[in-house]
Amino acid sequence: MTDQSSGQKKMKLHGLLGEFKDIESILKASAAIRDKGFKKWDTYTPFPVHGIEKAMGIKKSLVPKIVFTCGLIGGIGGLGLQWWTNAVNYPWIVSGKPLFSVPANIPIVFETTVLLAAFGAVFGMIFLNKLPQLYSPLFTSKNFSQGATNDKFFVYIEAQDPKFSPDRTRELLESLNAVTVEEIEEEEHAWSPSLSPKMAWSIGSIVFCLILIPPLYIARAQAKDRTTTRVQLIPDMDQQPRVNAQAASTIFVDGRGMRNYVDGTVPRGGAQTNTGYYTGAENEEWVSNPLPVNRALLERGQNRFDIYCAACHGIDGSGNGPIAIRAKRLREPNWVPPLAMTDSTVLERPDGHLFNTITNGIRNMPAYGDQIHVEDRWAIVAYIRALQKSQHATLQDVPADKREQLREEGQK
Amino acid sequence: MATTAVQEIDNTSNDPTKRPTLVTGGLDFNGVTETVCRVAEAPSAPKSWYFLLVIAVAALLNLFVWVGYLITTGTGVWGLNNPVGWGWAIVNFVFWVGIGHAGTLISAILFLFRQKWRTSINRFAEAMTIFAVMCAGLFPGIHVGRVWVVYWMFPIPNYLNMWPQFRSPLLWDVFAVSTYATVSILFWYVGMIPDLATFRDRAKDKIRKFAYGLLSLGWKGSSRNWANYEWAYLLLAALATPLVLSVHSIVSFDFAVSQLPGWHTTIFPPYFVAGAIFSGFAMVISLAVPARKMFHLENIITLRHLDIMNRIILATGSMVGYAYIIEFFIAWYSGNGYESFAFVNRAFGPYAWAYWTMFTCNVIIPQVFWIRWARVTPWFMFIISIFVNIGMWFERFVITITSLSRDFLPANWGYYTPTYVDVLTFVGSFGLFLTLFLLFCRFLPIVAMAEVKATLPDAHVYHPEEDH
Ligand code: HEC
Repeated sequence: MTDQSSGQKKMKLHGLLGEFKDIESILKASAAIRDKGFKKWDTYTPFPVHGIEKAMGIKKSLVPKIVFTCGLIGGIGGLGLQWWTNAVNYPWIVSGKPLFSVPANIPIVFETTVLLAAFGAVFGMIFLNKLPQLYSPLFTSKNFSQGATNDKFFVYIEAQDPKFSPDRTRELLESLNAVTVEEIEEEEHAWSPSLSPKMAWSIGSIVFCLILIPPLYIARAQAKDRTTTRVQLIPDMDQQPRVNAQAASTIFVDGRGMRNYVDGTVPRGGAQTNTGYYTGAENEEWVSNPLPVNRALLERGQNRFDIYCAACHGIDGSGNGPIAIRAKRLREPNWVPPLAMTDSTVLERPDGHLFNTITNGIRNMPAYGDQIHVEDRWAIVAYIRALQKSQHATLQDVPADKREQLREEGQK
Repeated sequence: MATTAVQEIDNTSNDPTKRPTLVTGGLDFNGVTETVCRVAEAPSAPKSWYFLLVIAVAALLNLFVWVGYLITTGTGVWGLNNPVGWGWAIVNFVFWVGIGHAGTLISAILFLFRQKWRTSINRFAEAMTIFAVMCAGLFPGIHVGRVWVVYWMFPIPNYLNMWPQFRSPLLWDVFAVSTYATVSILFWYVGMIPDLATFRDRAKDKIRKFAYGLLSLGWKGSSRNWANYEWAYLLLAALATPLVLSVHSIVSFDFAVSQLPGWHTTIFPPYFVAGAIFSGFAMVISLAVPARKMFHLENIITLRHLDIMNRIILATGSMVGYAYIIEFFIAWYSGNGYESFAFVNRAFGPYAWAYWTMFTCNVIIPQVFWIRWARVTPWFMFIISIFVNIGMWFERFVITITSLSRDFLPANWGYYTPTYVDVLTFVGSFGLFLTLFLLFCRFLPIVAMAEVKATLPDAHVYHPEEDH
């Protein structure tokens, strides 16, 4: 890289590079060059040299200001993001907290502040240092490329500096104890050997714009109203394949989407052929209780009645359940009192009718068919009959051999 | 490459009349460059490097297999079930994030405290941090089950106006860990720019010239650039310091903000941070001891560095031990039956074996570092550091599993066992970590040369211009 001796290229002086042996000498030289009033010059060291900013007269870096600004934007942005998304755009109550509850927002505000401030530090530094700068005439000097990032210290004064003169500047550097002074040349009408920064930037920005096209297209496709199926990046079961009624399907051998019933299929309720048992009526006639009445059935009936019916009709079926009592006390204008089980209407109702009353309700009484099993409904019917007998019986209802005993007990 | 073994030099003495040398063997500026660069420039790496790389890549491929299996099949392939819905994935996540704390701690906090010894190990520890955070990020990422919608965790505008729930600690975690990963990478990269420039300038072949040229952004070491650079670096350190403390605090909120006995404690944030530093330093030792031997860096990562790190391990290990004990005290002192039960169950319940493994490895074993010999004997400290790594993994296991397996309703209790997929995925994460780390050792500047040079005696002179 050092000798551009192809002859055709016209070289021009770009600047003078002086090498210094240690930190002390470069600090001294820097101070002297600063005092001479040079503007376009720099020093190159393998590590940051303590005190060189002052010796060179470098102004305080702008990085802290950039970092502060970015941090501020990050903090406010982070808070604003949480406020707008969770309290405004889609108000969302969490654990009964107010929509905008700052303490719970602090962790994220902290993270966004640090994140943006760090971006500010890094990209601010890169920007202020005019990086990336992949080409520099300095790289043509072997001494420079081998030393500047290893163990050597350089001063470089550019030819463009108004104070620059090839001879006097060289003398100056030599008088400051430069170990070597080297001329750095650059091609006239510099068209840098590698990508020039300008070109790199423009290619970079074109590529960047091109990269943006697909995501923008997708975003638009997602947001736009459309009559056809939306473009789905990740299907995620939003659109599921299904067979429409009467449509064809490739899944089955016969090519039909709809299937025939499995043999023996009956419609809902179709298996309940014993209509009297399931509805309480057979051939438009009320049936009587089909279950054998015994102690177990009556006890079951009592148990169900106390759960489902007593709230209105009362434990004894007299119509004074707690609901009825309360309704009376409140003088509810729309309340229809539940009938007593010993009411003449109920006494005359056939078993099937009672069963139907429980199943489907009657007039103002709601239906209980959904809550109470068929057997239990019949058990309740049997129990109602027992209730009626217990409160509405004549001596004729008592078996003849027990009548005497009853009469005796009644006289005591 | 100089293959002669480097003499170990004991520079650990603390004679107050003499400043101990941080770099031994009389290295000058060029000596530092040579020592570090030859690691990457040697035509072939040490045999042990290839050997380890083969193992690491095999483990990495194994990771791909099991992560692929998990994604295509579902999280049922792990041992997760009621009541333990957070199994190894979360244990591994906390384990790796914890390890990822030492790097930034060494780089940022010690930088602010002007601890010059950090310069030899910071690059190395930062790389370790970044790779550990990558492993950490992997686990919650695949734990969500439907990995193709993990982007829902970020506030991305969408036509449903669906946003993340910003008041959930799990979301804080997403922000904390991703910010931490980003800032760590930036910090690492910015620190590396001058060293990459050194690599570029020494590069012989075209590919290296191009790659390092691009990565170093054309850095030339201009003092005007250094002025901005030093500010940027200082401020990054100042930002990373609270960040590193916040990350593990927020990780601990994942547990502490919930209501489960054994999790719902205020001691968690500081206790987690101490544990993170503890495990992170142990990992630095586990990596630094073999690496300095393998790449002949004994003069740069000296016994003094190892000694100091072992002291930090001793200190943080004792803090962690204190936390374990104080948790029992508080459980008793709170008078809360559930709380006491949680801790008694930890130490004497079905997971007692895990608890006592943790306690031995974390609290008892590191106490040997009171002895100077243990702190300056590389092979010995390597063994201890492995124990600490094991112990810290068990700490996370104990916290996560014991509390979940015994919650409020005894009818829900259960015993958690991982499946082979859990185990092999965890092994695979070591593959990821080691592969990246080995590649880093071979292709990037593993010691911050510019910073080490700035600590050498030659870098300090009296200059009349400035009055201190
Ligand atoms: C919500 C209160 C309430 C409950 C519970 C209730 N009923 Fe009724 N029931 C009534 C009311 C009110 C009437 C009167 C309806 C009317 O006259 O409009 C009534 C009427 C009746 C009648 C007379 C119907 C007729 O033939 O005219 C019978 C029998 C009856 N209930 C049985 C029951 C049985 C058995 C149960 C338990 C399964 C029950 N009821 C549960 C409120 C209730």
